[in-house]
Amino acid sequence: MLEIKNLHASVEGKEILKGVNLKMNAGEIHAIMGPNGSGKSTLAQVLAGHEAYEVTEGEVLYNGMNLLDLDPEERAREGVFLAFQYPVEIPGVSNAYFLRSALNEVRKHHGLEVIDAADFLRLAKDKMKMLDMDKSMLNRSVNEGFSGGEKKRNEIFQMAMLNPKLAVLDETDSGLDIDALKIVANGVNTLRSADNAFLVITHYQRLLNYIVPDFVHVLVDGRIVKSGGKELALQLEEAGYDEVKMEALQAAGIA
Amino acid sequence: MSSVVEDTKRVENERHDSDAIIDSHVAQEYKYGFYTEIEADSLPPGLNEEIIRALSAKKNEPEWMTEWRLKAFRHWQNMEEPRWPNVTYEPVDYQAITYYSAPKKKGEGPQSLDDVDPELIRTFEKLGIPLEEQKMLAGVAVDAVFDSVSVATTFKEELKKAGVIFCSMSEAIQEHPELVKKYLGSVVPQTDNFFAALNSAVFSDGSFCYVPKGVRCPMELSTYFRINAMNTGQFERTLIVADEGAYVSYLEGCTAPMRDENQLHAAVVELVALDNAEIKYSTVQNWYPGDEQGKGGIYNFVTKRGRAETNAKISWTQVETGSAITWKYPSVILKGDNSIGEFYSVALTKMRQQADTGTKMIHLGKNTRSTIISKGISAGYSNNSYRGLVKVMKGAANARNYTQCDSMLMGDKCGAHTFPYIEVKNSTAKVEHEATTSKVAEDQIFYLMQRGLSEEDAVSMIVNGFCKEVFRQLPMEFAVEAQKLLSISLEGSVG
Ligand SMILES: Nc1ncnc2c1ncn2[C@@H]1O[C@H](COP(=O)(O)OP(=O)(O)OP(=O)(O)O)[C@@H](O)[C@H]1O
Ligand SMILES: [Mg+2]
Repeated sequence: MLEIKNLHASVEGKEILKGVNLKMNAGEIHAIMGPNGSGKSTLAQVLAGHEAYEVTEGEVLYNGMNLLDLDPEERAREGVFLAFQYPVEIPGVSNAYFLRSALNEVRKHHGLEVIDAADFLRLAKDKMKMLDMDKSMLNRSVNEGFSGGEKKRNEIFQMAMLNPKLAVLDETDSGLDIDALKIVANGVNTLRSADNAFLVITHYQRLLNYIVPDFVHVLVDGRIVKSGGKELALQLEEAGYDEVKMEALQAAGIA
Repeated sequence: MSSVVEDTKRVENERHDSDAIIDSHVAQEYKYGFYTEIEADSLPPGLNEEIIRALSAKKNEPEWMTEWRLKAFRHWQNMEEPRWPNVTYEPVDYQAITYYSAPKKKGEGPQSLDDVDPELIRTFEKLGIPLEEQKMLAGVAVDAVFDSVSVATTFKEELKKAGVIFCSMSEAIQEHPELVKKYLGSVVPQTDNFFAALNSAVFSDGSFCYVPKGVRCPMELSTYFRINAMNTGQFERTLIVADEGAYVSYLEGCTAPMRDENQLHAAVVELVALDNAEIKYSTVQNWYPGDEQGKGGIYNFVTKRGRAETNAKISWTQVETGSAITWKYPSVILKGDNSIGEFYSVALTKMRQQADTGTKMIHLGKNTRSTIISKGISAGYSNNSYRGLVKVMKGAANARNYTQCDSMLMGDKCGAHTFPYIEVKNSTAKVEHEATTSKVAEDQIFYLMQRGLSEEDAVSMIVNGFCKEVFRQLPMEFAVEAQKLLSISLEGSVG
């Protein structure tokens, strides 16, 4: 599904990603943890194609395509979805209008007919029910005036509507209360299939109780310094990042 | 390639020929003086009392109308062109303009759509303008049996049943002189300002509408206008009167870009809303903006004003995307107690366009209320200014105004300016002003693209969202057209 090879990326001339390697198969859930500023969101943005981030080295293969060659909207239409750490507000544009346009772009790309308003509404109501969202959200402007938790839930709602192949969730759990966390996790688990994969960025092992990852990676200073199973998250929660950092430095022969 | 060059040459030759013909024609006419001149299709360029008399005579106008024009002209002669708008342009030579030309005959202009600029056709198609209408807008001579004309006639019947008078200004001067005499110039006097005085002296035609007491005009006055707006010329004059308790919604203009050879447009629109009446006036203006370098394009210097009597309401809604220079301040005089004035505006400028537009709300009556929502979008090298005046006079106890001016910048070569003027002479009045300036944020565009939208669609969605409060004021179909127009106008402005 996804193979990241020796990925280097910088923003405003400053190198943030310093050789990331990661392989994900369809059906898998991977978690990425790591200290603030280590480059987790940068990785997510690079995968989505944000132009502020310049890839200086390495490659990313996605379902046989060279992901870095595709424009952001092409990546989206090919099934790459990013749930933003900080969802953006678009005043005056209703959630419904925005999402139907997006869905139709994806459908058109796959040679499907555009979805009409009635079918869209039916589908949307279905997904909103699953996420325990009020349907008034459909008529509100995209993320405008949404609470932090509502914004995150709206990201998952969009994901459920667009049904991506590769979903990157950037700290979707932060700002969610415990009930919301369970609902969102349940949404992800419902969506999960043998054909898609999830890359879940989080600071808290708590989320991983609900969305159980197959692999956990630790990103420190632009590199994945440790990978393991779901128990790694528990370990990190107890010991913090210092221990992995030390290990990594030792492994690199620096300390 | 070579054929294009040949074509151009051919056209140039033809132009020289026809210039020569006109020149000799004009010279001849001068020999015989004005009486034979009247038989000709156009008056010679230039402006003086004789020209105005001749123009009035050609239109068969009564003496009082001729005098009315002359009064305006005499005043105009002593006026100076305003220099305060935040725009710059080459001075206009008023003596070089032809102030009267008869309607185009078949045979002039392009013969078929094949002769029309393909770019224009492309835009028509994107806007979904029907073929017959495309022809008309492009100036292609069309046959007399033209569907929409009969549609217009049907409309006219229905209006007649309701007692609504809706006709051209020329017709109104002939058929309803008492109404015209009473209201023409009652809101915008002949001497009001330089361009209004010029218009009053030489106005070619325009629309007249009178809705009698208590009548709700049974339809939006739009389609009819769209068809008839074509040949009203560069000095258009419109007068709308809603008698006590009447209601009318009027749509001016058209989203399609209109072919027009006149560079200067100086229109006047007057609205009179008598007690308890309501007038909604919506405009989409999409005149030729000039090219990338700022060559050509229409100068649009318009005076629009309404007077609202007791409990009356006047709303102006405008979507301005065209013209090289726009100078326009649709205003409301809130004369009666409890009267309401509204101004909703979207002004988009790109390339080298310059817009100085806004409104004036003059509060005279008690408990008068006004709302101003202005959305300015600037792209390219354009310059976009909001200029608004809120004036609360002594007697306007409890007057209220709310003003919101939002500007959006695309790129860093354009300019957005806000000039709000506030004069309050009554201490019980409340005037609120809010202004914001934003850039189309990269993050917003990226967010939408991450969901599958193209960059252009993303920008157009953001901009249309920005303008939503204004579009909401437009009648449904017009709003859809206006949105499409905005998207088309923005094409190529991204990045
Ligand atoms: N657009 C940007 N402009 C300048 N610096 C940036 C930009 N984006 C990221 N950075 C910098 O890159 C580094 C990595 O940031 P990133 O957001 O990827 O970290 P993160 O691991 O997601 O952190 P957090 O856990 O706090 O979300 C930080 O030092 C950050 O300041
Ligand atoms: Mg982050």
